[in-house]
Amino acid sequence: MADVAIQSNPVVGSGTRKRGGLQRALKRKSTAAFLMTLPLILLIAILVIYPAFYSLHLATLNKSMQRFIGFGNFEFLFKRETFWLVVKQSCIFAITAVVFKALIGFIVAHFVHNIPAKGQRKWRGMLLVPWVIPPAMSTLAWLWLFDPSYSAFNYTLSYFGIGPISWTGDAYWARFSVILVNIWFGAPFFMIMYLAALKSVPEQLYEAAAIDGANWWQRIWYVTLPMMRNIIAITTLFSLIVTFANFDIVRILTAGGPLDHTHIFATWAFRVGIEGGDIPLGASVSLFMFPILAVAAIFILRDINKRGNES
Amino acid sequence: MSTLAIDKAGPTRKTKYGSMSRDRTWALRWSYFFLILFAIFSLVPPIYMLITSLKSSAEISAATNPWWVYHPTLSNYVELLTSNQFLTFFRNSAFVSVFVVTITMLISVPAAFALSRMRFWGSATLATGVFLTYLIPDTLLFLPLFKMFAVFGDWTGIQLINRWYVLLLLYPTLTVPFATWIMIGYFASIPKELDEAAIIDGASWFQTLTRIFIPVAMPGIIAATIFAFTVSWAQFLYPLVFTTSTDQLVLPVGIITSLIKGDVFNWGQIMTGALLGAAPPLIIYAFLMDYYIAGLTAGATKG
Amino acid sequence: MADVTLRKVIKRYDDVEAVRGIDLDIADHEFVVLVGPSGCGKSTTLRMIAGLEDITDGDIMIGGDVVNDVPPKDRDIAMVFQNYALYPHMTVAENMSFGLRLKRYPKAEIKTRIDEAARMLDIVELVDRKPKQLSGGQRQRVAMGRAIVRNPKVFLFDEPLSNLDAKLRVQMRIEIKKVHQKVRTTTVYVTHDQVEAMTLADRVVVMNHGRIEQIGTPNELYHKPATRFVASFIGSPAMNFIPCRLEDVGGKLNIRITDRIAFPLPPARAARYQGVSRTDKLLLGVRPEHITEAKPHSEPGIEPFDAVLDVTEPMGMETLIYFTLEGAQICGRVNPNAGARDGSPLRLAVDLNNMHLLNEVTGVVL
Repeated sequence: MADVAIQSNPVVGSGTRKRGGLQRALKRKSTAAFLMTLPLILLIAILVIYPAFYSLHLATLNKSMQRFIGFGNFEFLFKRETFWLVVKQSCIFAITAVVFKALIGFIVAHFVHNIPAKGQRKWRGMLLVPWVIPPAMSTLAWLWLFDPSYSAFNYTLSYFGIGPISWTGDAYWARFSVILVNIWFGAPFFMIMYLAALKSVPEQLYEAAAIDGANWWQRIWYVTLPMMRNIIAITTLFSLIVTFANFDIVRILTAGGPLDHTHIFATWAFRVGIEGGDIPLGASVSLFMFPILAVAAIFILRDINKRGNES
Repeated sequence: MSTLAIDKAGPTRKTKYGSMSRDRTWALRWSYFFLILFAIFSLVPPIYMLITSLKSSAEISAATNPWWVYHPTLSNYVELLTSNQFLTFFRNSAFVSVFVVTITMLISVPAAFALSRMRFWGSATLATGVFLTYLIPDTLLFLPLFKMFAVFGDWTGIQLINRWYVLLLLYPTLTVPFATWIMIGYFASIPKELDEAAIIDGASWFQTLTRIFIPVAMPGIIAATIFAFTVSWAQFLYPLVFTTSTDQLVLPVGIITSLIKGDVFNWGQIMTGALLGAAPPLIIYAFLMDYYIAGLTAGATKG
Repeated sequence: MADVTLRKVIKRYDDVEAVRGIDLDIADHEFVVLVGPSGCGKSTTLRMIAGLEDITDGDIMIGGDVVNDVPPKDRDIAMVFQNYALYPHMTVAENMSFGLRLKRYPKAEIKTRIDEAARMLDIVELVDRKPKQLSGGQRQRVAMGRAIVRNPKVFLFDEPLSNLDAKLRVQMRIEIKKVHQKVRTTTVYVTHDQVEAMTLADRVVVMNHGRIEQIGTPNELYHKPATRFVASFIGSPAMNFIPCRLEDVGGKLNIRITDRIAFPLPPARAARYQGVSRTDKLLLGVRPEHITEAKPHSEPGIEPFDAVLDVTEPMGMETLIYFTLEGAQICGRVNPNAGARDGSPLRLAVDLNNMHLLNEVTGVVL
């Protein structure tokens, strides 16, 4: 049916005479389809595509947005030590967090998959709670758990003779803390994805592998991982984008401190652009999130094309 | 030959079997052990919210065991739920979320139907584009959008910044692409013969959508609705940037800006507010977990 | 009720011609089956009659009116799909009545029609169930019921039985025939299964590469195929084709297969093939049932020969035998008691009274 709309160009001259009605109906259908997608197109064009390009333009203006200064903002950024700190921290933050989220998600998914089926729902339900709570709300709980004077963690650790740890006050601990909270928030997503993928691996494959003499580890390496490759790749890619662009957790937990050591692109862009009132400079900072996006887009487009060719 | 093989395999098979079931028992024990560990890790923050929310400020600042409530009190809840400010935040959040969900579904369901069924010039590109849009994060767009709305206000005199309803324009950029993507996936899984049968039965395209596609794809619609709601409810950056007056704030920003006054943290109330703020998504999750998870996994399996 | 006429109907996708000019007259009340291998254009033809595909050129008429530009809902047709296409969220009754409800028929009328159709198809106790709760055969009945309640001019079936298992398929085949005998609606039925075509049709239309190869009653197609394609497509196991030549031996016409094997043609056949060139490469077409074990007494037109069997397949009431002749694998059907065994020689006989002679190059049956 769908093909008709595309391929009904009236190639045959003699045919057009008789085919007017259906042709018109198809044209109407195609117009109707266009109108149905128009709100979507407008929304994306005006509130996503346009601002994305507008930010490119903004990045070339001076602070009062009166004058074109070319790459002036970028030159300024490259000379600032804080900027390089932000680049470093963004990469450390995103890569460490994603690696641990993926790892923990994989392990937990296996444990959930291991236990009898009737208990799985309950465990899955509990383990997904961190993902369900709005991160702004849950980060407040972490902030309270990390409180300099009343930290419940330090209270507990003091029984083991450890601490007190300055969870958000010390630069290194603060970096650890924001990553920890991000892992806490994001690992359940990986867990759910992997669990869905694990369930889709046919049981016969494991049985065949077991008959071929594969041990537990070999079964994971030769059966589970190859079968889950796609899901692992796409989940990691998603998570890398989201983590790279994270705002809520760092903003609430440390607001970039101490001494800008936990700032990542998004929080620093907010600090510079909104709090500092220099929108062009902020836009320049946030543009640095673009490369990772482009890489992801290329991978996903390639994947979609590949699927298109297969089908 | 065959007897030999059996003799050989007999005893080993027996021990093998025994060790396998023992392995299995141990694997199960380890699984439960680690699951309990991870569950504690997952649930400590929300549980600690609850513990703190039941404490008076005196108990919070006392040097007692923070993990236990010695004098439980509901005063934090009473105070918040009778405070006009908090109720305003809650009302703003509810309004924004309900409207955004409505807008999202009104845009994405017809669009997904058109993209999955009534192909037209450029529709395949548009479907891919929709998915890529979903990947563009809010943190990349908030500055140009802020400037755009400021300029728009200057030109037309319509002031959108610092009005809660500006969020009705902003949140759909986060919800619509993914909701459309989910719905394209669900609609695409409906066999083509079903709409052909409907056409032969005399249904128009609109009737096919409302009487066949929407009912059949109801699980997808529920999943997309839940997704749109949770995103709207949890969004933090846009309200932080675009709204500042106390009466225009939504819950996440409201709690943080109004309950944290300088360096003074009223932790009892903050935790109570956070818990109440987390409640709607948690309740939806508790009742519609399967739809929630379906929506979560739809993005990757269909992408 | 109405007749259906196709005049030079062409369907072109970009540069691929799926249907290359079809002329077909279907009489009122007739049951016509379009049969052919996948990709032969039979489904496209049906979908053009339904209006689900527009036609590139030509005319389609239903009940004498040209319907080229008429949308499906105004053609007054009903269609049964391969995967049934039942609306999963509606009960059986709602499924059947959907079209009537869209046309705002009175409730009482709808109910009468559903009851009638349900009784005819023996699904009265299922009307309140959802499709998910039905078996394959029951779904098939509901899909037919949905077509019947509409009381259309034409029924269109698109491979309706191919999702059923073999046993159920036979049962539903009979069911469809019964329904047609009752309602007498003009029916166009598409299938790739020649047995279905033969058993159901008043007339069979064999299609190949977007063209009609032959139109005829099942018996005509079986006994008088027009082309090699029809001859090999209809009948199972398929007709044997043995490379051969004609030669004149002492004023009589012989059919020569190998240096050693040649058969004299029966007089009727000899007369018919007299004009065929003696140098043309020909094919002898013989159905398996016309290659049997040799009888002790000779009969006119039945010629004995020896063969070494490759494989035998005992079927119970008969045994299928396979042997090689001139590089072609030949299948015959012998009596189970004829002593056919794998790898053993057997004296066979070919019935030339029922033979066909084909031109190997053009594939035309002479």
